[in-house]
Amino acid sequence: MLSVERLTKRFGGLAANEDVSFEVGRGEIIGLIGPNGAGKTTVFNSLAGFFPPSSGQIRLDGQPVAGLPPERMAALGVARTFQIVRIFKSMTVLENVMVGAMLHHRAVPAAIGKAREALRFTGLDRRAGDPASQLTVAEQKRLEVTRALACEPRLLLLDETMAGLTQNEVQEAVELVKRIQARGIACVVVEHVMEGIMPIADRMVVLERGRVIANGPPRAIAEDPVVVAAYLGEEYRAPGP
Amino acid sequence: MLLLQTILSGVLIGLVYALVAVGLTLIFGVMDIVNFAHGEFLMLGMYASFWGFALWKLDPLFTLPLTALLLFGVGAALYRVVIRRITDAPMLSQIFTTFGLMILFRGLAQYFWSPDFRSVEGSVLTGKVAFAGLQFGLPQVVAALGAVATSGAVWWFLRSTRLGAALEATAADKEAAALMGIDAQKMFALAWGLGAACAGVAGALLSTTFPIFPEVGASFILFAFVLVALGGFGSVAGAFWAGILVGVVEVVGGFLWDPAYKLVLVLSLYLLVVWLRPQGLMGKA
Repeated sequence: MLSVERLTKRFGGLAANEDVSFEVGRGEIIGLIGPNGAGKTTVFNSLAGFFPPSSGQIRLDGQPVAGLPPERMAALGVARTFQIVRIFKSMTVLENVMVGAMLHHRAVPAAIGKAREALRFTGLDRRAGDPASQLTVAEQKRLEVTRALACEPRLLLLDETMAGLTQNEVQEAVELVKRIQARGIACVVVEHVMEGIMPIADRMVVLERGRVIANGPPRAIAEDPVVVAAYLGEEYRAPGP
Repeated sequence: MLLLQTILSGVLIGLVYALVAVGLTLIFGVMDIVNFAHGEFLMLGMYASFWGFALWKLDPLFTLPLTALLLFGVGAALYRVVIRRITDAPMLSQIFTTFGLMILFRGLAQYFWSPDFRSVEGSVLTGKVAFAGLQFGLPQVVAALGAVATSGAVWWFLRSTRLGAALEATAADKEAAALMGIDAQKMFALAWGLGAACAGVAGALLSTTFPIFPEVGASFILFAFVLVALGGFGSVAGAFWAGILVGVVEVVGGFLWDPAYKLVLVLSLYLLVVWLRPQGLMGKA
């Protein structure tokens, strides 16, 4: 459904992404991992339309979409969350989700209905009337996911939704991602919490210094010496056979 | 009785101040840009009413919806042509830009319409309204009612419509809003259009009682800034209540003390609020 083809993004002379290619099928969960500064968030920003790639192409169902602005990407079915939550703090929980629901439901009552449904899905419905600023960090992250879901996306980009959560909260987040997948929504998940992403990802894409160094099922990735070296450094590489 | 009359007179003029400030605070709230040319929107609203009356004998009250539409267009166009280019510029550039626009609009008005004082004479809005022993000029009462209706409409629009929610979302975080499919450029143009329309409606409502001249905006912009700060930057409801408060303080202070000192009282009130509650009456800390 989504195909990223030789995506390159340069800031001045620095290439944050270079020749990044991967595919995401309908309803698939892709884990996007890599050391800090590997270019994961840059991939997200290009996919969400925050800036045009320097070169390369992004296709949604074959249609070229690289360089479209975020509001167009949202209309085409791409939603994202942020590493540091960016909910609308001055609004209530319900109003936050309504803003998302209004993308496809122009009438206010319809948007309210859609927003309540999304809140029930993520289990935030009992906090609907509370100011968003009063939620806990875990709830704020959940609210951001709810708001993104209310946009009725085909592809959801989750940026470190599990960072800073307790063990229990990570489990809840994992459950939520699986239920989102069950609705046929594809997810690309940037995550450092490996026990969160490894069990649910269909495939993992590993970035290092802006390039894809590995792409495959989680089990294979975990044992890939190139990946191990990228994470632990050359000197810790397991002795060869 | 005389005091009550005075207080209510203060409320009436305060409601018009409030409408000017509602437009200003709306633009600031959505974009974080201080519009020094806001008084000129009011001036244009006055001249629109004046020319409608002078050329076609159309009463300012009846041309009011057209004036609102016209100023909405002026505000939105100004955003598209000028303001759009300075949204991410340093604050000083933004100040110089809107300040420059203020001078430009005044200059254009002087050039095309002369610096003379003009007035609308023979409007349907003349005479007095008597109520329970109190007397008010009909134009003032209509201006106040029109200001309340317009402020109320803006408030309802922001609270209860899809575009209003989109506007608030853009004000809170334009990038997160863009992810919800909201085009920030359209929202900014909308904010400028609405802000200018508020000032334009205020101008139309004042046109039957106030002299019309190119610098007339200056008489209102200072109060509008006071109200925006007093009510809390970006708070439409705050600007509204601050407008009533300032109107009452101005008129009652002038009545009890000396009209020459009314500005002293208003600005002292402003200093007091900024000192005790820097975020304004209804602003967020």
